[in-house]
Amino acid sequence: MLTNFVIGHFNVVAYVVLMMLGFYAMTGKNNLVKKLVGMNIFQWSIILFVVSLGAKRGATIPIVLADTHAAVPSDVVLEAAQYANPLPHVLMLTAIVVGVGTTGVALALLLRIYRQYGTLEEDELLDRLRSATR
Amino acid sequence: MNVHQSGIPVLIVAGPLFAAFLLPLVGWWRRAWAFPIAIAALSLSFGASVVTAQRVLSTGPVHYFMGGWTPPWGIEFRIDPLGALMLLLLSSITLLIAIYSKHSILKELPDREGPFYSVYLLLVSGLTGIVATADMFNMYVFLEISSLTSYALIALGGGAAVVSSFRYVILGTVGAAFYLLAVGYLYSVTGSLNMADLAQILPALYETNAVRVGFGFLVIGLAIKMALFPMHAWLPGAYSDAPSAVSALIAATTTKVAAYALVRVMFFVFEPRFSIELIPVTALLSWMGAIAMILGSVMAIAQTDLKRMLAYSSVAQIGYIVLGIGLANADGLTGGLLHLVNHAVMKGCLFLVAGAIVYRTGVRDIRGLRNLSAKMPWTAGAFTISAFSMIGIPPTSGFFSKLYLILGAAKSEHWVFLGIILFSSVLALVYFVNVIRYMYFPSPAADADTAPPPLDPTRDEAPLTMLVPTTILAAAVVLLGVFNGEIVSRFIDTVIPASFAR
Repeated sequence: MLTNFVIGHFNVVAYVVLMMLGFYAMTGKNNLVKKLVGMNIFQWSIILFVVSLGAKRGATIPIVLADTHAAVPSDVVLEAAQYANPLPHVLMLTAIVVGVGTTGVALALLLRIYRQYGTLEEDELLDRLRSATR
Repeated sequence: MNVHQSGIPVLIVAGPLFAAFLLPLVGWWRRAWAFPIAIAALSLSFGASVVTAQRVLSTGPVHYFMGGWTPPWGIEFRIDPLGALMLLLLSSITLLIAIYSKHSILKELPDREGPFYSVYLLLVSGLTGIVATADMFNMYVFLEISSLTSYALIALGGGAAVVSSFRYVILGTVGAAFYLLAVGYLYSVTGSLNMADLAQILPALYETNAVRVGFGFLVIGLAIKMALFPMHAWLPGAYSDAPSAVSALIAATTTKVAAYALVRVMFFVFEPRFSIELIPVTALLSWMGAIAMILGSVMAIAQTDLKRMLAYSSVAQIGYIVLGIGLANADGLTGGLLHLVNHAVMKGCLFLVAGAIVYRTGVRDIRGLRNLSAKMPWTAGAFTISAFSMIGIPPTSGFFSKLYLILGAAKSEHWVFLGIILFSSVLALVYFVNVIRYMYFPSPAADADTAPPPLDPTRDEAPLTMLVPTTILAAAVVLLGVFNGEIVSRFIDTVIPASFAR
């Protein structure tokens, strides 16, 4: 039963495992760069999942070539099932760009944190923040 | 289908967007031009939202199909009365705060006006885009535009601002990722991203797991973005460490827009019966809102830093809005939406006051505000009006939104929530009266040896570009209260779902 579920929903299992890995790194790691890596794994797990939704075995790209038109008689209907849906991939392309932007902003922030406080370890950073307010 | 089409709503979003890309170039060539261009773009945005609101009120919802592709294939902008109200609110507040920021940015971030206003305009286009769009994935993109720019703006503040901003990046990205996951789930079963189209397809699929899981992720993702109680950890640091103008901007807009998105998803994309009965998320939200109202207020009482106090008060006010959504009857939702608008105006005003005080005196400690009423009478007056509204004293706007919430709680016989609304108002009274007491009555502080010295009472008001926006917002707090009936009947009543108990 469980094996069937895992095989049948391979993409779901994969994204949940990756997501939890990312979540662990975000909450459990002391180093801010590792937290950022965790955040990235978290984001990519979702992107992988949505891309997997658009995958279809044996399907082709959704482009109807001009000569295919000529080859098929007009009474034959084009089978939608033969074509893969490109939209999930296109959407995730945008999401990847957003993810790159987020990573860029986060790295810039980390750079400034390091210049300002001289550390990227969370416990040391909190110590220095506390002594700064005192 | 006869739809009213107009390209004007696009200007509200695209005006600031194009100006944002123009600004770094112009700012590099002539730095003094950055501010006028930003103001021009925001004025265009404001003008367009006034025109849009007129059209929406006279002819009904306004649509625009991007590139001429009709929905559900193309991206659609759709403005209904509630959206028109939100756009008016966003474009007017962002314009006022931009005028205000002229002096405070010169002082806090010298020589960086070009990049600052560029990011500012991008944030505005992201926020207005969330409200205008009728496409789920497009909303994700706008959500991330507004989030990324607010991370950058918060980090501009000195000291611990970078650390607060990084915390916000991590949590905000988790929120956005959940939203994206939800969109993926919904798309996988419906094959559509258009909100109106989804609303038609979804009812047949309410029993499927994918829809239920997707809905759950949507609510959690947006709850993180709006800093609802257990997910509020990013908010106090982000609001209190950011530059003054930025604090006012994000406190007035970002969480409100996320709350608006939640209303859209819960009651317009999904049918109200789904979020009330099939997955009882409204009951859960009411309780989370109620806890936020109490804990946010208690934390606010404990603060000595004015901006941090206002930030915790925001956590409590989000609770009011969410409670209104969670009550899920006509009066409750009206109260929640009205409070959303009112809170944007009054919290914006309060943060502008805090910024003006820092600009003139450098004081952030509440106990250091003694003699403020003599030194900056207009600023202290604006604070007092907004604080009265936060407490809920008539005829200020806060009174009416709380009245609707109380009516909503009474109609659905949730007496516990009614009690919590009243109790939280008393807590608000405690922390705001404490500040007003220091401003107006220079009594010696209890812990006189640690408290900062009183201010010099000679009159030294904030510059006019800071004072005028603050005063306009304070006046708006009263006007929104006086004309609350108009706002409710014109903008809010028409969008309350028909199935709600009246």
